[in-house]
Amino acid sequence: MLRVRMFEEKIDELYLQGKLPGSIHTSIGQEAVSVGVLNAMREDDLAIGSHRCHGYWVIKGMDVKGMFAELYGKRTGACKGKAGSMHLIDITKGVMGAIGIVGQQMPMAAGIGLALKMKRSDRICLCFFGDGASNTGVFHEALNVASLWKLPVIFVCENNGYAVSVPVHCSTSVKDIAQRGHSYNIPGEVVDGMDVLSVYAVAKRVAERARSGEGPSLIECKTYRFLGHSRGDPAYGPYRTKEELESWKQKDPITKLIADLNIPNDEVSKIRNQIADEYGAAVRFAEESPYPEGPEALEDIFA
Amino acid sequence: MREITFGEAVREALREEMTKDETVFIYGMDIGVGFPSGLTKGLREEFGADRVRDTPICEQTVVGIAVGAALMGMRPVPEIQFSDLLTLCMDQIVNQAAKLRYMSGGQITLPITIRTAAGFSGSNGAQHSQSLEAWFMHVPGLKVIIPSTPADAKGLLKSSIRDDNPVLFLEHKMLNRTKGAVPEGDVVIPLGKADIKRPGKDITLVTFSHMVHRSLTAAETLEKDGIDVEVIDLRTLAPLDEETLLRSIRKTHRLVVLEEGCKTGGVGAEISAIVAEEAMDEMDAPIRRVAAYDTPIPFSPPLEKYVIPDERRIESVIRETLNL
Repeated sequence: MLRVRMFEEKIDELYLQGKLPGSIHTSIGQEAVSVGVLNAMREDDLAIGSHRCHGYWVIKGMDVKGMFAELYGKRTGACKGKAGSMHLIDITKGVMGAIGIVGQQMPMAAGIGLALKMKRSDRICLCFFGDGASNTGVFHEALNVASLWKLPVIFVCENNGYAVSVPVHCSTSVKDIAQRGHSYNIPGEVVDGMDVLSVYAVAKRVAERARSGEGPSLIECKTYRFLGHSRGDPAYGPYRTKEELESWKQKDPITKLIADLNIPNDEVSKIRNQIADEYGAAVRFAEESPYPEGPEALEDIFA
Repeated sequence: MREITFGEAVREALREEMTKDETVFIYGMDIGVGFPSGLTKGLREEFGADRVRDTPICEQTVVGIAVGAALMGMRPVPEIQFSDLLTLCMDQIVNQAAKLRYMSGGQITLPITIRTAAGFSGSNGAQHSQSLEAWFMHVPGLKVIIPSTPADAKGLLKSSIRDDNPVLFLEHKMLNRTKGAVPEGDVVIPLGKADIKRPGKDITLVTFSHMVHRSLTAAETLEKDGIDVEVIDLRTLAPLDEETLLRSIRKTHRLVVLEEGCKTGGVGAEISAIVAEEAMDEMDAPIRRVAAYDTPIPFSPPLEKYVIPDERRIESVIRETLNL
């Protein structure tokens, strides 16, 4: 979880220094979801997600040098500077795409699942999305076909309580998004998204189900983002109160795990230092890399 | 040479490509038994329900599945029953299929062929009769194929399925039962090549799909008056075969562009602009566009007939362009 937290703290810092173009969407506070789910999977499993993607891609094994360089818009970026933060793909790591249009990764996950099933593979596909996506039509379409065809897909809802500024109770007709699985004959489970061990336990169980051909599951992880929707957005003020933010910060998933497992401080510091060194080198690589030349924009349109 | 229908040619192409490559699969609404179109009839018995798959009514997901499956190395061939319904899956076509290769920096290929039935077919009304192909020429990363004959349909569909890029393949409803000579066996036609369906020296008539046939009828009538019309069938709208177009202009020095879609922002606007940019000094007369009027396609037969270009309109604009 520290790998995710420190990656996003670093890009937040770089963004505020004006070094990163465009926008970034951090998942600081939500780390238990990506870490818990991905640790319950096999390395050769696949994943597709939303614009809030850094966390799961760091854990999925994407090269952080390529990620930092991509966020800088450099030629050495994972996607040659054509993706940025919101669209990171690394096919070699099973990172099948971060999709910037809310909800649209869901049928793509069904397509990946269908291909796996047709190839008689025992790999599975994870599909990360937010609470906002569960109100799109395509969420419902995708759950229906995934269940109908018993596809090896796990739908992971990161319910951080807000679709940009709109609280979930103002946008969503059900108390728990997990309930929506039942309409499609899919088991839906609510889990504490601030507790990595709980997330891991549920993910492990539904992964077995998917791998054994019993079909998809829907996990709803109740969580909270500690920063704004995108960078430049205040963490509290226009639509969230300081008190609400502080109460969630009490449940910080990293602090909780350190306490639960009684990890000594010096060990945490050691891990922090190792990660800081790795990211420091990756940022240097990104900063020293060249920008692409204008005409490179004309490449990679067609195969 | 044997003659088969356009629909049979499409089925043959699907059958041959599925036989040749086991990653090819077809799916969509009413694909399994091939009812009511009859186009995919018999394929499920031959290839199984896995590769010839019925789907629920969910166009976004039908195309989304193609993107996901293509990411996994499959060659999906989804069908969207009417081209009007492409509006329902615009995000997956425009924002996903056409962009993911680019945004990945060339890491991935997306060999997807979306087949759909386009155009009018007689009083199907404003929601099942449109010709929307011009919209898709405006999307970098997408190829747009629109054949007019059974032979072209077969050869171009085979090439589309083998192509490593997303292809939109538009089959005109009025053409499905039309017959034509189609060579036996594995004959492919390259994407991006127009075809001169009738050579002529007086004027170039550029068109595609069902309007090719109306053009040829009009050209026959005009021939009786000594007017020699060259009919170019674009076949591929993206990428456009500018070379064939400009070669013809340099020969005839006159251009009429004909399409079934409405005029504003249409295919004809793009063709006219290319010729104006590249060969203005060759022109002996202003470029003219013949297209549907800018209305929804009406239901009542006389209204529909009025809106969509017919042979008389084509002939009259050609005569005007020749000052006759």
